[in-house]
Amino acid sequence: MTAPAMHGGLRLAGNKKRSTQSALRIAAAPSQVVLPLDQHAGTAATPLVQVGERVLRGQPIAQPQGEISAWLHASIAGHVSAIELRPTPHRQQPAPCIVIDSDGSEESAAHEPVDVDRLDAVALCEHIAAGGMVGLGGAVFPTAPKLLLGRQADEVHLILNGAECEPWISCDDMLMRERAADILRGASILCRALSAARCSLVIEDDKPEAILAMQAAQSAAHPNIHVPNIDVRVVPTIYPAGGENQLVTTVTGLEVPSGGLPSDIGAICHNVGTAAAVARWIDHGEPLIRRIVTVTGSGVAEASNIEVVLGTSIADVIAQCGGYSGRVARLLMGGSMMGRALASDALPVVKASNCLVVALPTDLQPRGTEMPCIRCGNCSEACPAMLLPQQLHWFARAQDLPALDLHGLLDCIECGCCDHVCPSQIPLTQQFRDAKPALTAHRSAQAAATLARTRFEARDARLARLESERQAKLAERRKSVG
Amino acid sequence: MLVALLVMAAATLLLATALTLSRDRTQRNDKHGNDIIENRYQDKALIEQINQLLPQTQCRRCTFAGCKPYATALARGEADINQCPPGGDHTAWRLAQLLGKAPKPVDRQFGIVRATPLVAWIDEPACIGCTKCILACPVDAIVGASKFMHTVITSECTGCELCVAPCPVDCIVMRLPDEVHLPRTGSTVHAS
Repeated sequence: MTAPAMHGGLRLAGNKKRSTQSALRIAAAPSQVVLPLDQHAGTAATPLVQVGERVLRGQPIAQPQGEISAWLHASIAGHVSAIELRPTPHRQQPAPCIVIDSDGSEESAAHEPVDVDRLDAVALCEHIAAGGMVGLGGAVFPTAPKLLLGRQADEVHLILNGAECEPWISCDDMLMRERAADILRGASILCRALSAARCSLVIEDDKPEAILAMQAAQSAAHPNIHVPNIDVRVVPTIYPAGGENQLVTTVTGLEVPSGGLPSDIGAICHNVGTAAAVARWIDHGEPLIRRIVTVTGSGVAEASNIEVVLGTSIADVIAQCGGYSGRVARLLMGGSMMGRALASDALPVVKASNCLVVALPTDLQPRGTEMPCIRCGNCSEACPAMLLPQQLHWFARAQDLPALDLHGLLDCIECGCCDHVCPSQIPLTQQFRDAKPALTAHRSAQAAATLARTRFEARDARLARLESERQAKLAERRKSVG
Repeated sequence: MLVALLVMAAATLLLATALTLSRDRTQRNDKHGNDIIENRYQDKALIEQINQLLPQTQCRRCTFAGCKPYATALARGEADINQCPPGGDHTAWRLAQLLGKAPKPVDRQFGIVRATPLVAWIDEPACIGCTKCILACPVDAIVGASKFMHTVITSECTGCELCVAPCPVDCIVMRLPDEVHLPRTGSTVHAS
């Protein structure tokens, strides 16, 4: 079944073949791991261990702080050698990290597998949180708060995201090919945690092997999978069909409201990698301590997908894929559209590291100098969020925050489509990314001003009332005296 | 003679009335030499528009009794656009745009405020419960009662500093919002 296409988007060269030629590899355990405390969206976790302490593989080493946060587990057994600020691939500034030196043992902390059917749904959500689960698609939003949010909707539709629309990335493709049963098991657990009525799995039509593997796994009925009906939806390959809001629109035909969440219209999206990780945590007691990373680009000798222990240095991962094969122009974490350029390879693999693109100059789209906007309107035709990037560009340059708010800057998903089609080579996405914090600050200042204003006016009214009451009382007393 | 006097008196009266009436409708100059339109209805809408631009800290640095009184004075031409330090040059610029005046930066004589806003914090063990700060707070952000400890509701505090001076035991200091849970010693930031 082919779903209707979303608004805008681009048909891009996938560049995925390079990394899907060989089977999934398992990386050797590293001698040291660096685990940032803030590798999920939301508040950073608080350390539970001290420097010098011995930790086991899978032992919780940091606990969540606040509502949107996640547990962090030791990914190898060894001693904590430092808790300090280190450069990380996902932040501009150095972030607090726990560093563990391996002692060579394979000793694991004991986590008992859980019988899903004996837990109620909320307890199941809490158990999933204890596994340090976050969205593995790249946005690393903690899984448990998302599940609890989804439970508030009347009827939930679970959407598993296997679209993987961004060029170069193929880790979900490989996961679906090789571990389809894990994904289905994870889907059944997530459905139970959400009390979901329906479940869809979305795959783009450029992954025929993954589609076949998922359909085969579904027909080979596994005893502990009770998903009512996962319908496997094949969608056209258009970037960014795998964006959360775009995916919801493609599957349900409904649009996520501006400033809202998919759960507002009864949809919850989880990445297929998250589903597989949840299954591994529930059935085998292994928390989120490793993930599949796509290592690709012309600059690496053996492009492939490799399962890596979190905290392994990127240099180590690239060395295990045959090392560099040329003079590298750029090292990206993520795909070519939304990826982030890394300053060095001495950074750790984090929960968000879905892909490493080791790019030679030939892999990069040449970028000319920025020219003035000619108002061609290509950007608004390409924008999947149905915004007007050209207007936003003017307002961002003028720092006109109310106008940016009115034109929906905060609905921008930073997919980079407008950049890609702009004939004047304007770095639009970068401008929008820079303008967003200012707009958020402006919004909260506005809210604070409104609050202060109502309180000031209420106080004024109260003082006026008290004064008039006092005057009335005085007048009455004068009357009775006189 | 009498008739002539009466006629003259009547004419003066008429002229005076006509003058006052015309004065209500036509332009006149305020104390800064700018033209303003005196019209009650327009006044009200304008005051509201100006008030929307002000930061609502209610700090009285502008010398008026709050943001709305300042807005009223601005609408009537009795104040200048550069009197709001918390709003900063950006607010002064937007006020200039709204009122059709030449933009100018905030006059430093009205005070200087930090870029990161501070909030009031009461050193609770030192508080004697005099209620003076409660009366001074323009947004009712301090709770407490006579002879009982007072405290600041941080989320409602605008950082106007009006509670600092009335405190007889100097137990109120201005601090960064994320430091209010720390004890008094350490990185306490004092009022600017």
